[in-house]
Amino acid sequence: MTTVPVAGARETLTLTRRSLLHLKTNPEEIIELVVQPIVIVLLFTFVFGGAIKGDWRDYLQFALPGMLVQATLFATMRLGTALGTDFKKGVYDRFRSLPIARFSPLTGAILGEMVRYLLSIVVLLIVGALLGFRIQTGAVETVAAVVVLLCFGFAMSWGSALLGLTVRAAESASEFAFLIILPLAFTGNLFVPTDTMPGWLQVWVNVNPVTSVADTMRGLLLGGEVARPLMWSAVWIAALTAVFAPLAIRRFRQKSG
Amino acid sequence: MTYAIRAENLGKQYGSTRALDGVSFTARPGQVLGVLGPNGAGKTTAVRVLATLTRPDRGSAHVGGHDVVRQARQVRKVIGLTGQYAAVDEIITGFDNLLVIGRLLGLSREEARRRATELLEQFGLTDAARRAAGTYSGGMRRKLDLAASLIGRPQVLFLDEPTTGLDPAARDGLWEVIRGLVADGTTVLLTTQYLEEADQLADHIVVFDHGRVIAEGSPYELKTKIGGQVLEVWPVDERDRETVATIISEIAQCPATVEDRRVTVPVVEPGVLRAVVLRLDLADVAVAELALRRPSLDEVFLTLTGHRAAAAARSS
Repeated sequence: MTTVPVAGARETLTLTRRSLLHLKTNPEEIIELVVQPIVIVLLFTFVFGGAIKGDWRDYLQFALPGMLVQATLFATMRLGTALGTDFKKGVYDRFRSLPIARFSPLTGAILGEMVRYLLSIVVLLIVGALLGFRIQTGAVETVAAVVVLLCFGFAMSWGSALLGLTVRAAESASEFAFLIILPLAFTGNLFVPTDTMPGWLQVWVNVNPVTSVADTMRGLLLGGEVARPLMWSAVWIAALTAVFAPLAIRRFRQKSG
Repeated sequence: MTYAIRAENLGKQYGSTRALDGVSFTARPGQVLGVLGPNGAGKTTAVRVLATLTRPDRGSAHVGGHDVVRQARQVRKVIGLTGQYAAVDEIITGFDNLLVIGRLLGLSREEARRRATELLEQFGLTDAARRAAGTYSGGMRRKLDLAASLIGRPQVLFLDEPTTGLDPAARDGLWEVIRGLVADGTTVLLTTQYLEEADQLADHIVVFDHGRVIAEGSPYELKTKIGGQVLEVWPVDERDRETVATIISEIAQCPATVEDRRVTVPVVEPGVLRAVVLRLDLADVAVAELALRRPSLDEVFLTLTGHRAAAAARSS
């Protein structure tokens, strides 16, 4: 039947919309997606900025690309909790009792997350601009930077999905995710230049995927080297997706067996 | 199509637990089939198999003439599911919940809106339509859940313990709604632990225990099946209960049960009534009420399984 993929796409969009309806009635989400990144920008810029770069303006220019990565990374935690809750509450049983494409609840949820990441990124760029962050390149590079961030968020969200579909209690998914994501975000060069860290740590910082993505952001938004960090980002995004997506899909299949 | 639901020799095992151990039953179109049994009897597993959520290990089942395993999609087009295992999204509003389901069922935006508005009104939820479903009371949530399962105008509706945990007023409200659906010709499969609920709503009852069907029939047939009647005596003075119990036990040749002020004993021979009246009079016991009636489903269940439905439910 040729109508099935089309219907599947429509069902996915309906479920994306359902995911986004949560923004309307759940103010906590706005806090997570919008207020939290703003608080981090303000804290880091004005508290640590001077200490790290001598002047908070220089620090903002250095750190905002990293903060974009951090905000996207933190936003990926939500998916696992959302999927876990839907399974636990029986919402997925309801969906599965309907004549819809089997994976549309999963694809719809992921698309809904991508819209959230975009929202978070745009808010950060605006707040950054208000504080004095200046993009040194053009519109094409800026759009490219946003696309890379979304791809990174996409790759990480499969990990979040896997976690949410695996842990027993949906709420603990975000706690586990936090334990993984927090060290990941801080052992990259998102907030602090690599050369201020001890040698053994620099070895890890240089292979950490968030460093590659942050370097790509700096290259695309501030000018400088793009090709190498972009290549490594692409490798990481592909590798993370290749590992987590099949595992998450398998868990989803098992749970909706 | 003769049967709206037909299950044949269904089996499902979870680890070492036989949730379903060769279950067969049928429901005709427009019928209300009550599946009665304590917790853990296999009722929910049966519903999950029929609603295409769980594959049976053996046996087969047809809903609306479609095989639940091989033609799951066709089955999903004709069913609605409400109960323990189908739920609403608590974060979004009641209206949005129904809207999403309508769109997933292929209704246009306009149709989905109209249907959602219509059902919210039918269930008395119009005032709460724009509130997050998580703020609803238990009864309201069940109603919203039921409304969600009705959007596609299902031919066959599965209600898995629809009133468990509701207060009596909310329960009565839901019963009214279910009666209305039945009047419209929907086939309903209702699982319940409450004998009263099956008695009130079902045309035909199958009794589950440990994954098997241990009895079936109309409520009347089931009550008749275990034979005989029940003699019930309410003495005016509570202190006479023991005397009454002794007398009627002796006459019926069966131990009597004392419950609150009421003393009951199963009787096979209706002629005992005269003897009972005579003996109670001789013993100078004033009687407030004396009746010979068919046993309640609770008593039927006790006779069939050797344990009480409610007690079994509480202990598990």
